[in-house]
Amino acid sequence: MKKSKWNIFTNGIFKENPVLILALGCCSVLAVSVTVAGALGMGVALTFVLVCSNAVISLLRRLIPDQVRIPCFIVVIATFVTLVEMVVEAYLPSLYDSLGIFLALIVVNCIVLGRAEMFACKNSVGDSIIDGLGMGVGYIVVIVGIAIVRELVGSGTIYGLRIIPEGYQIGIITQTPGGFLCFGAAMAVLVYGMNRRGKKFEPKMGCENCAGCAAGGCSAQKTENDGKGADAQ
Amino acid sequence: MDKLLVGVSPHIRATCSTRTIMRDVVIALMPALIAAILLYGWRALLLTAVSAVACVLCEYLWEKLLHRPVTIGDLSAVVTGVLLALNVPVSMPIWQLVIGDMAAILLAKMLFGGLGCNFMNPALVGRIVLTFSFASNITDFSYPDKVADALSSATPLGVMDGLDWSYFPDLFLGVHGGVMGETCVLALLLGGIYLVARKVIKPTIPLCYMGSVALFSWLFGGAQPLLSIFAGGVMLGSIFMATDYVTSPFTNRGKAIFGIGCGLITAAIRVFGNYAEGVTFSILLMNLLVPYINDLTQTKPLGGAVEK
Repeated sequence: MKKSKWNIFTNGIFKENPVLILALGCCSVLAVSVTVAGALGMGVALTFVLVCSNAVISLLRRLIPDQVRIPCFIVVIATFVTLVEMVVEAYLPSLYDSLGIFLALIVVNCIVLGRAEMFACKNSVGDSIIDGLGMGVGYIVVIVGIAIVRELVGSGTIYGLRIIPEGYQIGIITQTPGGFLCFGAAMAVLVYGMNRRGKKFEPKMGCENCAGCAAGGCSAQKTENDGKGADAQ
Repeated sequence: MDKLLVGVSPHIRATCSTRTIMRDVVIALMPALIAAILLYGWRALLLTAVSAVACVLCEYLWEKLLHRPVTIGDLSAVVTGVLLALNVPVSMPIWQLVIGDMAAILLAKMLFGGLGCNFMNPALVGRIVLTFSFASNITDFSYPDKVADALSSATPLGVMDGLDWSYFPDLFLGVHGGVMGETCVLALLLGGIYLVARKVIKPTIPLCYMGSVALFSWLFGGAQPLLSIFAGGVMLGSIFMATDYVTSPFTNRGKAIFGIGCGLITAAIRVFGNYAEGVTFSILLMNLLVPYINDLTQTKPLGGAVEK
């Protein structure tokens, strides 16, 4: 089935939203969504890395040997992350300080690696870039959305602008439990919305596209188990 | 044969229901509430009433919104509201208390499916949310006038080392700072005795809890055993919160393990931790272990086969 470019793009925002549906990259979403400014910076940085690494990996997809593809992906991703890190440190030092280790941790962000593995390594360069953009936008929408709620309720501000007067903040929202609460609520809202829009929504884990599974992962295990079941009978 | 009537089991029914049990708990909380009013003034009653109403309202609105059967008649929301109110200091702003109520009912109870499905004590979840959100308010203990000079800045737990037996009567009657419901040991004991006499709770959890707090506080930090039970929230927690049916083990053996675990964690937090009081955390932590305790302490059916 050939997907249209627009489908590939919106796929990342709704149907296969990397954070809320695939539940990838949750760590950075939980940690960085305390302020809108930080969340926006993180989202843009991740999108940049995602698009660039998707493009390069898609270009190299015929050269990368299957057995060592993960190290190759990591090297490509790390290159772009280092680039972003240096640029942010040089030009946006305050953002660099607020993101801390999470900027460098984009290297091992499951979204970037996951898209390389699931999409970029078997699709054309153009499609991969669009997929990276879609996933990046999906990530930005979620992390900024959560950050708006958390900053508003927890600190009374949005993007540093005071909305709720001092003294009426609910501190727990800015702490870890609040992150999990907002994350769960966002997941529920998305699934609820999708259920409302049409037929019963079933989360897709993207497994059907995954190269690793076919070789020795889920599907291989499944047949193995089936075989055992047959033997037992 | 026509005269032989065979009904469907159960053949013997107890008259108690969730409603009567919860009503008993509310009655048992009354001495503590009266003590709080006497010690801290009418604001204690106001906070308690607001909290109870807020909890009931939360449950009602949630169930209306989701088109579920309305269960506010079982009074469990009232118990949660009163307990949470007794768990905050009398100076707590009302809107903050209501947020605690919402967290307790919506977050800890209704999201998991209502009474019976909550894996943590709702009132304690409310208190935890308040602790993390408004740390300065929830530790802002206002003092009854009588001991304002004697203990102007620290709660009994804060000055544990300096306490001697002359302080004991004050401690027993609750004439010192603390959250509204925890200070008057006498009132809490009365409530506990009522609950045990009415067979609403078994004394296993409170006794194991208090015993292990006394033992471990003495072992870890050399605290005077009786004072470590009377100070802080151990009385309130062990009698009213740790014994919550939904979040405590079924069997007596399980209850003993549960109580001892609570006491151990409480003493550990008090002696080694950053917080002065560890009752809330200890009960919540043990709440999480309850399914495993239940699994490990399953009773064998009479004459049942022994599993090899």
